[in-house]
Amino acid sequence: MGFLDIDNVTKSYGAVEVLHKVDIDVEEGEFLVLVGPSGCGKSTLLNMIAGLEGITSGEIRIKDRVMNGVHPSKRNIAMVFQSYALYPNMTVGQNITFGLEMHGTPKAERETAMKTVAQLLQIEHLLDRKPGQLSGGQRQRVAMGRALVRNPDVFLFDEPLSNLDAKLRVDMRIEIKKLHQRLGTTIVYVTHDQIEAMTLSTRIAVMYDGYVQQLGTPKEIYDSPANLFVATFMGSPAMNVLPVRLIERDGELHALVSAADGQERALRITHAPPAYAAYKDADVLLGIRPEAITDPEGADRNARNIQPFRNRVTVIEPAGADTFVTMTMSGKDCIARMRADADVKPGHDFDFAINMDKAVLFDPKTESRIA
Amino acid sequence: MAVASADTAIRTSRITRAFIYLFLLLFALFYLLPFGIMLVNSLKPLSEITGGNMIALPQDWTIAPWLSAWSTAQIGVEPTGLRPYFINSLVMAIPAVVLSTVVGALNGYVLTKWQFRGSTIIFGLLLFSCFIPFQIVLIPMARILGLLDIAGTTPGLILVHFVYGIGFTTLYFRNYYAAFPTELVRAAQIDGAGFFQIFWRIMLPSSGPIIAVSFIWQFTNIWNDFLFGASFASGGSAPMTVALNNLVNSSTGVREYNVHFAGAIMAAAPTLLVYIVAGRYFVRGLMAGSVKG
Repeated sequence: MGFLDIDNVTKSYGAVEVLHKVDIDVEEGEFLVLVGPSGCGKSTLLNMIAGLEGITSGEIRIKDRVMNGVHPSKRNIAMVFQSYALYPNMTVGQNITFGLEMHGTPKAERETAMKTVAQLLQIEHLLDRKPGQLSGGQRQRVAMGRALVRNPDVFLFDEPLSNLDAKLRVDMRIEIKKLHQRLGTTIVYVTHDQIEAMTLSTRIAVMYDGYVQQLGTPKEIYDSPANLFVATFMGSPAMNVLPVRLIERDGELHALVSAADGQERALRITHAPPAYAAYKDADVLLGIRPEAITDPEGADRNARNIQPFRNRVTVIEPAGADTFVTMTMSGKDCIARMRADADVKPGHDFDFAINMDKAVLFDPKTESRIA
Repeated sequence: MAVASADTAIRTSRITRAFIYLFLLLFALFYLLPFGIMLVNSLKPLSEITGGNMIALPQDWTIAPWLSAWSTAQIGVEPTGLRPYFINSLVMAIPAVVLSTVVGALNGYVLTKWQFRGSTIIFGLLLFSCFIPFQIVLIPMARILGLLDIAGTTPGLILVHFVYGIGFTTLYFRNYYAAFPTELVRAAQIDGAGFFQIFWRIMLPSSGPIIAVSFIWQFTNIWNDFLFGASFASGGSAPMTVALNNLVNSSTGVREYNVHFAGAIMAAAPTLLVYIVAGRYFVRGLMAGSVKG
């Protein structure tokens, strides 16, 4: 029993089912991020929690109260919209207190609540302005103020940062995280930005095609993706996925990869769970994050199994903090993440170091991780 | 934006500009000519008009034709002037305009923000009333007014214009509200506002331009309507347009052209006033939503 229970919820429009048996329990104080590409059903799920869309089957409960069919205003939730949805004809102050007014809170109490929230968000000087006179970041704050003032059980955020420019987005991301740490509120947050998902959440639900592909902490999602979709969707640049053959050598499993010159090399698998045995001498997909492929000096000192791999460099992309190096492995472009000052030249051979501790294997047919 | 539009404006020389203004001035004068002649002749004694010189300014300025048209001229059989009919028209037009605007706004709100199965079909059917000629509804309308026992009265005319106007006002408000962000309505729902609270507190305060459009359109149409007025109102409850016709077409006595001109200007004055006062909102309202500002 969680604080917010999403219990086998489905959503259909006519005969088309767009959400299939979503089952998530959110604990009190958790920051759950629903992430996925557009059309994956994440916003639909959020609207169902808010009560703006009906539930076809299953149950949504907040504090053990069944919410199916309950009006949005009676769920004790607050929502921040992508466009902020500030009432254009009201001042900032009126925007913030409108919900309280509709719920019949006395004026004096509304004023106090408004002052507290305005102080918290540092928008006291804006209270008499109209939303049209505010900048994007200020509007964002007001929208959050409108949600905070109600002191709801659950906060719902629908892509709240996607209308801001890149720098402001990072600033507001930190603001939201600070706010969550300070107030310990329960938040469900929808985004298509995997960096927002990783940085903000205590747990992530990666969604695709109406299914929750994986539900877990950011670290679980990043290090042990449930399937190929999660592996490639989370992380930037995306995880390298290489078709390899699993072979046994000296009693240990190795992944057989080919370099740009066609020469095959065996990379020892660090830890082989029993499930790997079934794939001996079979083709599998090897997933390696770019940061697990480095120059030998830049390799993780705590890693137990660093495999050297000499290969031809195709392209280098200096990105300031890191240098991204592209090479061809098993016929695929493969990106490595180097220190900024690593001595790499395109067209030359280079000694890469592959941290096989971080490698994961996928079944090429089901695309699920082998474990 | 101001910089950009200044840049894209066509650059013209002084001479071309002078020609443009000259032509515009000529056209303006041309369109003002009929009104000017009406005004001039309404301020002359009848003898100057029958004397043959209609274009000339009055030699003997007088407001007697205006006074006569307003309070003493023969309308039909009674020498009442146009005043009671002017009041009739006001009493008819104002409630009809307000009612049709309010109902149109509610319709537009429901058709865009509370869509239900078949709402587009209902909107399509409502649109029909914009294209149906007045004459087609005369007989069914007469029957309904008879059943309601308000045939030949001002309330009857209010009902006719109110019902006939709903199609247009719904069209205006629906299109305006279609561009109104639905997230605002959702936010208000979460804030706990009900159907009418959202309408009054969120939608209507942002509807100024389209209310002006609806108001001008409805007022002009209802004030200028002759057919419904002539068909469904009789004698003392006739609107201004019918009374003006009775004044001009009176078959007894001398034709007092100066009084007719004065009466015609009186009949046109309210709509002119509405256009002058609210005309810029009209254009603004029609443009709203079509271009992203």
